[in-house]
Amino acid sequence: MTTMPAPGDRQGLVADSVGDALPDDPAPILAFEGTSKAFFGIDALRDVTFSVARGHILGLIGENGAGKSTLMNILGGVVQADSGRVLLDGLEHQPRDPGEATAVGIAFIHQELNLFTNLTVAENLFIGGFPRIGRRIPLIDRRGMSRSARAALKSVNLDVSPDTLVESLTPGERQLVEIAKALHLNSRLIIFDEPTTSLTVREAERLFDIIERLRSEGRSMVYISHILADVRRLCDELVVLRDGKVVATGPKEEFPVRTMIAAMVGRDIELLHPPRTSLPTTEPALEVRDLSQPGVVKGISFVLHRGEVLGLFGLMGSGRSELARILFGLDPYDTGEIVLDGERYESGDPRRSIERGLSFVTENRREEGLLLDVTITENLGLVALPRFGHTLLRFVDQDRLRQGAAEIAQSLRIRGGSLGKAPVKSLSGGNQQKVVVGKWLMAKPKVFILDEPTRGVDVGAKVEIYSIINDLAAQGAATLVISSELEELLGTCDRIIVMAQGQIQREFTRGEFQEDAILHAAFREEAVPT
Amino acid sequence: MIPRTREGAQVLALRSAPFILFAVFFLLFGLLQPKFISPATFTNIVTQASYIGIMAVGMTFVLLIAGIDLSVGSVMYLSATVGGGWLLASGMPIPIAVAGALLVGLAVGTLNAFLITRIGVIAFLATLATLVVVRGLALTITQSESITFPDEITRLGSTRILGLIPAPIVIFASVVIVGHVVLTRTPFGRQVYAVGNDKESAKKAGINVGLVVAVVYIVCGLLASLGGIVNVVQLGSVHPSFGDAVEFQVIAACVLGGVSLFGGRGSVFPGAVIGALFVPMINAGLQAIDVEIYLRAPAFAVVIFIAVLVDSLRNRQLAKLSRRYIRVENPSLEHGNAA
Repeated sequence: MTTMPAPGDRQGLVADSVGDALPDDPAPILAFEGTSKAFFGIDALRDVTFSVARGHILGLIGENGAGKSTLMNILGGVVQADSGRVLLDGLEHQPRDPGEATAVGIAFIHQELNLFTNLTVAENLFIGGFPRIGRRIPLIDRRGMSRSARAALKSVNLDVSPDTLVESLTPGERQLVEIAKALHLNSRLIIFDEPTTSLTVREAERLFDIIERLRSEGRSMVYISHILADVRRLCDELVVLRDGKVVATGPKEEFPVRTMIAAMVGRDIELLHPPRTSLPTTEPALEVRDLSQPGVVKGISFVLHRGEVLGLFGLMGSGRSELARILFGLDPYDTGEIVLDGERYESGDPRRSIERGLSFVTENRREEGLLLDVTITENLGLVALPRFGHTLLRFVDQDRLRQGAAEIAQSLRIRGGSLGKAPVKSLSGGNQQKVVVGKWLMAKPKVFILDEPTRGVDVGAKVEIYSIINDLAAQGAATLVISSELEELLGTCDRIIVMAQGQIQREFTRGEFQEDAILHAAFREEAVPT
Repeated sequence: MIPRTREGAQVLALRSAPFILFAVFFLLFGLLQPKFISPATFTNIVTQASYIGIMAVGMTFVLLIAGIDLSVGSVMYLSATVGGGWLLASGMPIPIAVAGALLVGLAVGTLNAFLITRIGVIAFLATLATLVVVRGLALTITQSESITFPDEITRLGSTRILGLIPAPIVIFASVVIVGHVVLTRTPFGRQVYAVGNDKESAKKAGINVGLVVAVVYIVCGLLASLGGIVNVVQLGSVHPSFGDAVEFQVIAACVLGGVSLFGGRGSVFPGAVIGALFVPMINAGLQAIDVEIYLRAPAFAVVIFIAVLVDSLRNRQLAKLSRRYIRVENPSLEHGNAA
């Protein structure tokens, strides 16, 4: 096994990549000049001015709701700016729709990819304009298409046949296809928007190698991410947005991670992780005994106590999310048992799990956790709805629901519009996540399973979620936190169990938390230094 | 495409489930009644399937973009009415009548396209409305009376091209070939799949989504009237209930052939073709093995149920196979991903 950089110490690996950047071209590839945009009278962007130097990578950071998405949407033709202008290669850039932005050479690589899973890799590269057999014959030149696709795939070191269906590729491979597409379209500017969220560590490393190579070839890029160590490693310059305004810009040397955070939140976050205020009890809430499911998990045993925050760490694909799904009753298990409150219970029925006091915040809030078009109040009421039944006819008691929702919203500090009117999709990522947590809180659960509770959430909201977890534990709930960010678990948990390849590798209690030992266990290296 | 692993083989088998199921039932009937397996039976089945098959090709286009067209049965009837009850009856030559009938399909298809892409009515309601309006219009023209077509029309139906293949089969086959080539080999066809997979991404990729959607409904309307013409030629007369509820047979044919109602998945060949052949084949088979006439309907229901059951099992199994696997219980099966 080659040495894998730990997520936490990627900074340490930064090669001096600034030196080999191409000489600065005087005209920037992209410039925002006084760009402003308001939605319903609320400013999303105020007088944003900065530029991206040709052949450089610009890091764009800011909390959720700081205006990054709006800015990129203006660039991509999804929305139009109210004032100011955007210059692309010195020319005014005012795309009316996303197609137009693609046509002028801007490529977006999102966390949700824009690939057609039912088409082949080659077809995805050429969907905007297929090569034809003859000028007048509308038949696709499939051989020519495969040939060019193969060349494009080679440029991103992706070794799959151009005729492979995209649905059979891993998330990492799909992302490389997306980059190959950008290169194939000869895009002038590539925007990476949280590209690593669904990638394994290895895949992310591969992506970074390619991004660095693209820079050495003189491509211009914008890199947006909440993983600040990655931003520091990759980018040449940084722009920090806060509340729709540019609050700091400069070469990356001026921005150690601490400074980035301070600029993003407008204050120093001394304590990213609030100290644990309570101690776990020894009363078991959830016991798992020798749980196995072929192909997924094997021999899982652990006890989760009341008032305890237990961390479940593992790399992507270690089986941590799958274990959570089994515990909650979404997926079956073959042997072993799950005991809740001293009572054995069969899996396979999430509704019964909820009745028994289990709750599950999924890693994928957009798809599994929220009804995006529905109001905050209704989303908060989703799980606990039976509790709000009217005594006689079981109609929903709207007054009580509103009141309950308002209390939760206040205690979680959910911000961003009227509870009863604003659809959840209008909230920022952090506030959406709080709504997910809130809807479970309303059901007053005894056991909380949180899968990646802070994914895609900004620093400020992270701190708030950590203190919510802390409060839950203090009130006696048993909490299982799953995360791929080790730092987060180190800061919030009483105990951490490490999974790899579907098995528990090691267990660490708070006193013996050691970053490298935990990582070693997660990577399943033979000699574990202790 | 040769599967590399056992899972790969399983996926391949599941994906070709409609085809396998068709073959199994065909051979089963053949075992029970050896005479069943003959060119004559097969020709018979395909002839009977032809008009539903032609319409299923059009419906496949629509289903591929996750749309639906409920108006096809009414289009059949209005086409027959305009072509036969009006143009032929007023002494127009057959080609003009055929052109008139096709124009009806084109017009209704365009109306559907307009309602869906310009007005923004959802496809189900838009085509439900045209279903009612178009049939109402046709009934007004015919005054709910049957139309009898001249003998030269029915003679067309029994014409054998090259003295061998019945005309309906030739038309069916031509439509299938053109439909298949358009969907698999042309930029438009691949864009249909792209739109069915993800409309938003299709827009971002610069595809004119509105145009693709519109064309798809026009194609479906046109093929609905062509199906109507073929059926008229086979029947020789048209009752007021002509084309009634045919939309269900057409949609069922597509679904039996593995075309997804959620868009992006399915094919004209073998998909829709196998689906269209399924129902006439089962009918012919039940007849061949002398199932009592009153038992045919329940027997038929059982067969269709099995087909649909296999289809849902297939989808569940496919979903399971595409789930992430963490542990490799048998190391020899390990894929290259981890390397």
